[in-house]
Amino acid sequence: MLKFLLNKLVLIVPTFIGITIVAFGFVRVLPGDPILALAGERGVEPERYQQLLVQFGFDRPIWEQYFTYVIGLFQGDFGTSIATKRPVLNEFMTLFPATVELATCAIIFATLVGIPAGIISAVKRGSWFDQLTMGTALAGYSMPIFWWGLLLIILFSGVLGWTPVSGRISLLYFFPQVTGFMLIDSLLSGQAGAFRSAVMHLILPTIVLGTIPLAVIARQTRSAMLEVLGEDYVRTARAKGLEQVQVVGVHALRNAMIPVITTIGLQVGVLLGGAILTETIFSWPGIGKWMLDSISRRDYPSVQGGLVLIALIVMVVNLTVDVLYGLINPRIRHQ
Amino acid sequence: MTDPTLKNIDQDVVREEARKARWSVLNEFWHYFSANKGAVLGLCIFGFMILMAVLAPLIAPHDPNLQNRDAFLVPPVWQDGGSWAYMLGTDAVGRDILSRLMHGARFSLFIGVVVVTISLIGGILIGLIAGYFRGWVDTLIMRVMDIILAFPSLLLALVLVAILGPGLVNAMIAIAVVLQPHFARLTRAAVMSESNREYVTSAKVAGAGHMRLMFKTILPNCVAPLIVQATLSFSTAILDAAALGFLGMGAQPPTPEWGTMLAEAREFVLRAWWVVTFPGIAILVTVLAINLVGDGLRDALDPKLKRS
Repeated sequence: MLKFLLNKLVLIVPTFIGITIVAFGFVRVLPGDPILALAGERGVEPERYQQLLVQFGFDRPIWEQYFTYVIGLFQGDFGTSIATKRPVLNEFMTLFPATVELATCAIIFATLVGIPAGIISAVKRGSWFDQLTMGTALAGYSMPIFWWGLLLIILFSGVLGWTPVSGRISLLYFFPQVTGFMLIDSLLSGQAGAFRSAVMHLILPTIVLGTIPLAVIARQTRSAMLEVLGEDYVRTARAKGLEQVQVVGVHALRNAMIPVITTIGLQVGVLLGGAILTETIFSWPGIGKWMLDSISRRDYPSVQGGLVLIALIVMVVNLTVDVLYGLINPRIRHQ
Repeated sequence: MTDPTLKNIDQDVVREEARKARWSVLNEFWHYFSANKGAVLGLCIFGFMILMAVLAPLIAPHDPNLQNRDAFLVPPVWQDGGSWAYMLGTDAVGRDILSRLMHGARFSLFIGVVVVTISLIGGILIGLIAGYFRGWVDTLIMRVMDIILAFPSLLLALVLVAILGPGLVNAMIAIAVVLQPHFARLTRAAVMSESNREYVTSAKVAGAGHMRLMFKTILPNCVAPLIVQATLSFSTAILDAAALGFLGMGAQPPTPEWGTMLAEAREFVLRAWWVVTFPGIAILVTVLAINLVGDGLRDALDPKLKRS
């Protein structure tokens, strides 16, 4: 087990180096002068230019610049935003809980709906339920989620007036951020209606961000279940006279879940990419919207820092999924 | 074998047999593909889209960029205030939505073709080299692919567009770069499983060079998974390009690209539902049709699924 873990850890070192090279190279391949790019659109005086040249270390050889950059990363220095003059890491950490809250709700929604739908489809293979579910899943998988979000806004916010159009909570409520998660903070504040408002704001973004993972999970669950249901041990369980619920729920499900868990883990990258679109549509103050805004206002240090942080998060999550996969599936571990 | 006529006959027979074999492969393929009703439906819709794209200048009732000052936000024909002149209504500056959608089909299909071609060629070359030569070349290439895949694809495409500058061409390049590792990985895996087969060894013994082995001996036997991946990438490319257009980083207004149309329509979400609804339906239907075809292709080309 330790050897398996070490092997996985060794593999992420080149990926980490690659991610940092991409982020480091990003500012240098931008058209024009990197200092002008980093300093923003207003430009700089010649003396200030020299000062910045030394400050950013552009007067030193490129490999030295890269090492300084990576050492900075390890010390938590991800650059300073041009727009706010605050450290990029602080910016990121302020907005990150909003994205985590949204992404968590989305993946919970996708899992809670997707897995049962996939199981029932597999058990009732070829039925109208199966065909309807798989048709819907393929439509969900093909969905332009930015349009899907607009459509839900038209229906639920415009026509029916059930949910708010944007933001995380109504402006009527104000309370200190304790955890950064609106659902928890609104409960802690003790203000009447605050929690309800937070939930109402979450519903549509959750559905929009969860749509593609939901479709993927439902399809994956179905095919994993179909594979397992044909195995000998399932036939044995049936032959023993066990109830359908027991056969499916205990014998088949446990083994079918292995690939499904991996699939759920791999959705993290999809979620963070989808967050850019979802957060933009619903004006959700998370890192997805922040990345897009940073790109639009040419806040390159923020883009650079955000790129590294997001890639690192995806990498760590994927590693965790890999390790978990090894834990529940000994065959992988001993390869 | 020295008799010239005998040699000729032999070749004719061989050619005839090869033709028959090709037909039977195609027949078998169509048999499995047409068993999937969804795939056939998808193919029909896709064919219709191609037709619409090709004929757009002839069948579109209006110029897609013509702004009519007398017809701002006209609703579709079946609603009060709608007119047959603008069947699906007009947008905020009085352009006919139906005509814009028809011309938009050209952009979407063009994006799909270009992106898939670039990423397919790039991915095949990279994957072939990695899978054929192995060793440090393979390690290096695959690590680079891992790095590209470590970033969420839309984010990486956005950053690439930020470097290259917004626009349709740059968006296509960015999406091709992001999609390419999938082809490289697939080709590499297929090449690695094929290279140890007897027919490759026999070609090697017969004196075939690296180029011949890679492109003429091994590659044709790795085509099936690549076709499926290419189809799925075609729909991803359309979806991603629309997303970039929506975020203002892809095709720029007044291009009638579907995602860009949605971006322009955003502020009218609660006032004019048709401006928002139709471009999205166009994207969804096209992408769904292609994915249906992709599912059908996988069923028809994957021998593992054929038996079940």
